[in-house]
Amino acid sequence: MVATNERPLTTTGGGPNGAAETGTWAVKRGLAQMLKGGVIMDVVTPDQARIAEEAGACAVMALERVPSDIRAHGGVARMSDPDIITAIVEAVTIPVMAKARIGHFVEAQVLEALGVDYVDESEVLTPADEAHHVNKHAFKVPFVCGCRNLGEALRRIGEGAAMIRTKGEAGTGNVVEAVRHMRQLWDDIRRVQNMPDDELAAAAKDLGAPVGLVQQVHELGKLPVVNFAAGGIATPADAALMMQLGAEGVFVGSGIFKSETPEKMALAIVKATTHYRDAAIIAEVSRGTGSAMRGLEIASIPEHEILAKRGW
Amino acid sequence: MTDVKIGVLAVQGDFAEHIDRLHEMGIEAGEVRLPAQLDDIDGLIIPGGESTTITRLLDIYDLREPIRALGDAGLPIWGTCAGAIVLAKTASDLDRPNLGLMDIDVRRNAFGRQVDSFEEDLAVEAFGPPAFHAVFIRAPLIDRAGAAVDVLARLPDGGIVAVRQGSLLATSFHPELTPDPRFHRLLADLAAERRRGRRSRGAAAAGG
Repeated sequence: MVATNERPLTTTGGGPNGAAETGTWAVKRGLAQMLKGGVIMDVVTPDQARIAEEAGACAVMALERVPSDIRAHGGVARMSDPDIITAIVEAVTIPVMAKARIGHFVEAQVLEALGVDYVDESEVLTPADEAHHVNKHAFKVPFVCGCRNLGEALRRIGEGAAMIRTKGEAGTGNVVEAVRHMRQLWDDIRRVQNMPDDELAAAAKDLGAPVGLVQQVHELGKLPVVNFAAGGIATPADAALMMQLGAEGVFVGSGIFKSETPEKMALAIVKATTHYRDAAIIAEVSRGTGSAMRGLEIASIPEHEILAKRGW
Repeated sequence: MTDVKIGVLAVQGDFAEHIDRLHEMGIEAGEVRLPAQLDDIDGLIIPGGESTTITRLLDIYDLREPIRALGDAGLPIWGTCAGAIVLAKTASDLDRPNLGLMDIDVRRNAFGRQVDSFEEDLAVEAFGPPAFHAVFIRAPLIDRAGAAVDVLARLPDGGIVAVRQGSLLATSFHPELTPDPRFHRLLADLAAERRRGRRSRGAAAAGG
């Protein structure tokens, strides 16, 4: 921070006096609202984080390896090295997210202590608990979680997630699963929205979701938190496709820094996300971005390596 | 209800929340993504979002100079959070040009990281009671307000968080995230005033 201010900072608890409240639902959900219409990019070094910020990313995801490398390396994928996360936090002024394993609440505590702005409880890492996700209400830092359908989204929100992303299939550069999950989510939402009130309790039972949240979806016609698309977005047209299908923003993982010209690809995806309904602009920004990352056919991935199936 | 049209800059951020609020109040509102969409508006909101992203996209789509010119010509403009940063004369740690329309210096992320984001009740003298419930998210603080700038609200420790300079408004917080419509009403009133002024000038010119 600059040293020109005359007023000392007095905000250890976030607010300037005892009345201010930190870690509330409004501020957790609110940060996701500020990210809307934007692109969140996976980065593994401070230099990549600066490239992402320069291109107009609204946040970065700090990682040791991008999902396509995690997939290639195999083994157990864990929270990133705190040194990498801290170096990225210090390199940029935009919000920094980082991933914790599903159910690994201590990794989440560590990320909160490191000062990350959002924790992604992510299926990209190897799950630490096959029965329980993190109780996200217990944290001041907000969480984003993946989903494949409405029931999964509402279970995560019930646990305290302040933002949702459809899972897609990370590290593939293949958008087909992202499309499947986004269409499924909206299909479920429309069904709940159009249901008579007296069928909502049975719908909650079928969805495996808290009835209060099902009621909210019925009234709002959308999720009660911001919803981004993730998992396989590799081109400007992919990003605009997900936006037209009802995403409020996109996560791009391997798609930027595994492409031929990351600076150009990053900027092109940002532009296509803002102007997602304008095909002339999407055409223009898609010129000269070089080749996108090499993609993977989903059917070629062994069943046990499908990441979207992690979590419940 | 009010015969004005408010544009909301929609390159990134929570523009939909502003538009929904204006619609609830019976005010016409539309998205501004390209310069042509600035043509028929009586007021403009620059929403919350990421100030680096918004300033980048302002340049890429040639919105910066047209908005600056409209602000200089008296178009009411209100920036919330990132929008306040975009309107300011100087902003800390912002490595790209902003609009520089308001004589204020802002400090980005002045309260710390996301875990330090907070809610607080503010006394806004221009509105009178009740207090305005304000949501601050990775918020900026206004370190300096010039002579032509009126301070509308301060935190209990004196930090400036809402200002007005003629028809320009800036708030560090997000009135679009809480139900209180008073800041949106203030902008709509400024927009209505400008519309009336332009109409009477137009009539005078036609008559002369």
